[in-house]
Amino acid sequence: MIHRFLLLFALLAASGAHALTAEEAKAIAVGESDDRIAALNKAVANADDRTAAFLQALSDDAVKTAGGKVLVVKDGKGSDPVTGAEVTVPADAEDVINNNRMRGELDTALAALKLFSKDARLRAAAVAELQKEPDEAKLPLLEKAYAAETDPAIKERLGLARAAVLIASSDKAKRLDAARLLADSRSPATRSLLLERVKQETDPDVQAALQATLRGVEGSLVWGERAAAVFSGISLGSILLLVALGLAITYGLMGVINMAHGELMMIGAYATYVVQGLFRTYLPGAFDWYLVAAVPVAFLASALMGAVLERGVIRFLYGRPLETLLATWGISLMLMQLVRSVFGAQNVGVENPSWMSGGLVIGNLQLPWNRIVIIGFAFAVLAAMSLLIARTRLGLFVRGVTQNRPIAACMGVNTARVDTYAFALGSGIAGLAGCALSQVGNVGPDLGQAYIVDAFMVVVLGGVGQLAGTVYAALGLGILNKFIEGWAGAVLAKIAVLVLIVVFIQKRPQGLFAVKGRSAEA
Amino acid sequence: MSAVLPPDGVDESSFSRLREKAGDEGRPGSHPHPSPLPPAGEGVELPQRAPLLTKTGWTAFIVAVIAVCALAPALNLLVPAASPFHMSDYAVALVGKIMCYAICALAMDLIWGYTGILSLGHGLFFALGGYAMGMYLMRQIGRDGNYHADLPDFMVFLDWKALPWHWALSDSFLATCILIVAVPGVVAFVFGYFAFRSRIKGVYFSIITQALTFAAMLLFFRNETGFGGNNGFTDFKRIVGIAIATPQMRMVLFVLTGVTLLAFFLFARFLVASKFGRVLQAIRDAESRVMFCGYNPVGYKLAIWTISAIMCGVAGALYVPQVGIINPGEMSPANSIEIAVWAAVGGRATLVGPIVGAFLVNGAKSWLTVTAPEFWLYFLGALFIAVTLFLPDGIVGLAKKWRKRA
Repeated sequence: MIHRFLLLFALLAASGAHALTAEEAKAIAVGESDDRIAALNKAVANADDRTAAFLQALSDDAVKTAGGKVLVVKDGKGSDPVTGAEVTVPADAEDVINNNRMRGELDTALAALKLFSKDARLRAAAVAELQKEPDEAKLPLLEKAYAAETDPAIKERLGLARAAVLIASSDKAKRLDAARLLADSRSPATRSLLLERVKQETDPDVQAALQATLRGVEGSLVWGERAAAVFSGISLGSILLLVALGLAITYGLMGVINMAHGELMMIGAYATYVVQGLFRTYLPGAFDWYLVAAVPVAFLASALMGAVLERGVIRFLYGRPLETLLATWGISLMLMQLVRSVFGAQNVGVENPSWMSGGLVIGNLQLPWNRIVIIGFAFAVLAAMSLLIARTRLGLFVRGVTQNRPIAACMGVNTARVDTYAFALGSGIAGLAGCALSQVGNVGPDLGQAYIVDAFMVVVLGGVGQLAGTVYAALGLGILNKFIEGWAGAVLAKIAVLVLIVVFIQKRPQGLFAVKGRSAEA
Repeated sequence: MSAVLPPDGVDESSFSRLREKAGDEGRPGSHPHPSPLPPAGEGVELPQRAPLLTKTGWTAFIVAVIAVCALAPALNLLVPAASPFHMSDYAVALVGKIMCYAICALAMDLIWGYTGILSLGHGLFFALGGYAMGMYLMRQIGRDGNYHADLPDFMVFLDWKALPWHWALSDSFLATCILIVAVPGVVAFVFGYFAFRSRIKGVYFSIITQALTFAAMLLFFRNETGFGGNNGFTDFKRIVGIAIATPQMRMVLFVLTGVTLLAFFLFARFLVASKFGRVLQAIRDAESRVMFCGYNPVGYKLAIWTISAIMCGVAGALYVPQVGIINPGEMSPANSIEIAVWAAVGGRATLVGPIVGAFLVNGAKSWLTVTAPEFWLYFLGALFIAVTLFLPDGIVGLAKKWRKRA
């Protein structure tokens, strides 16, 4: 017991804050109100956690005095306010009585203690507390805290809390002042505060000022919200784009319905997971850069699997799209079960590298870095692929074989090999999509299933045999989905988009950007 | 369909074998190739209508009827449990369930095997029929649910005060029977009308039907849709006022399912042997040629598509009281695609094939998911690949080939 006390004192001494002493506690608890308040302010000036606990007990009416000593009594158990040690409560212990003046001082002191706490979370909580019940008495305290605050987020909330106090003030000038101050704030909380006050305000001048401020705040918020919806739409669109780019090659150019495309993405995501594990074990210092190594690994793993599938199954089914669909569905079932057997049926954890966590803050918008990186990545992959198709020899062969297989073969192109390369390329891009998805979502055996219907919708909507169509369709669907989500919820948005696509396909079965031709079947 | 594939090339190559087979399926007169121009002065000789079933066919059919209507009930209800000839309740439930699946496979065969349209959305029609029946069964629970309320339990749980409008007909058995046919029929008709009119076909059609059932699944998962959300309907107590969980009731449902399956088989046989059926097969083999001959394929496709959907709906309605649960999982794209594999395993463009396929695949499923659950998906996946690569005519086609060789 003694040892523990010594340790405690040593800790308190080491922490540097002035510890509550028995004399101080007594001075705050008993005596004339003026003296008590003076003692209280002295204690608050350099307080520690124990002071805060004591003041809290005092305001909860849980403090008693007995024989010149101060005790905290909670749930029938007594404790010493200075040391925290348990003590027996004497039978003649008297309650400490706080009058209203004392209570007010105690509350302010408590809030002030929290406002100046070292812990940013406590400060934020204190601001939230003060914001809930705007009280003019706390204005000086808020002003002081506002001046001292260094954290920009809390400073902003403090400013808002101060304005909330001012706006409820009985002084008209102060209210007008607050309306002007709030115009700078661009947060949804300001909007709700203003909406509240507009209803209660009686003075026409202030009312007009409040209305003007409210309009300004709402205007800027609307743009922020729209920008947020556009951003999340582009983000979803970029993911759809990555997923659909691989399909644009295998389905769009080669005409192969690959229902295992989602599972090739899953392989890419699991390849990322494996690379992450290897870095964690062998190169913990370079862990932040595992993603750079994971990108080519994911591409190669999926491309290899794609080449095996093409050589093993799909090449026997060219020209029989319905059979291809069934066979690749079978492949997808086997791949899913394979991953379940190897990695388990549970989702595995893939961490963002530290440089991808957090986000870019613009006004009231927060754009997560991982989403921004994926948008950039999707367009980089798109650029690389269009270069590959348009400028390289392999791209030329792929175009030649898809346009006219017999003539390409006559020109000496090894069409079977081109098929394999093209399919492996499409599969590799699926692997890249999986690598990207591992940074924003769960990695599990069902990862591919969630995207496969969407991806086919993108390709079908964009028009077969077109890269540009795929891009527009992916981004368009992403943004449309997010906007409908805004007013109808996620599930209804998805249904609405699917129904819209089905209706659209009725009107334009060849997709948005069809290759023009004279085929009777088109 | 796309610039990549030559027009018609797909259909011709994939179904040329099937076409030959269709000829030797007991219909000597129906020459599948377009007839050469008749010599001047002679009338065009129309092929004779083939008999509904051959003599062996009728024998086998009557044996099947006896097995379903007399043998199975006797073995289950009359033979004591200790006897080796006793048919266990488990077997009754299993075979009853598989017979429902067989109806789906038969419906899939009509649209895929005979018309060349692969639907990946037949699970939707199955589930719609099942939900129509499920609503009735939920109402039949009456006040015996957990909350002892007039409304079904899940509505009490969601704090709803009255039945939503789409439950209005759910307390009448007759209206339910009409809904079981009408709801999948109308959905299929409307969807098919727009799809076929815009000449959507091949893989496009397959993918869109998959999107359709996927969207419906998402819709039914919502609680607000009024179909019990995630959990769907379960805990049924009685049907037309009779307790549902007794062996006798189970046997009645079993016999009803078997008779329905056999009746649908005869009906399908009648359809494919008729002129209507021959036009369907012509559409499958060369749609452009059919159009140039002066036929409008839309009506034919739409009719068989709607018939197929209704068959699936009836199968779903028979399935729900036997299995005791219906939830949106039945609409998942995976379920619909499985129907296609039953038909493919048994043999497309034969009518016995899908039934055989449904029994084989589902028998293997119920055996494997118990003995080696981790191998079931490997098996199913391998089945998809093997059937498409090595068995384009399915098991029935293989058996026919062997018989011919012997």
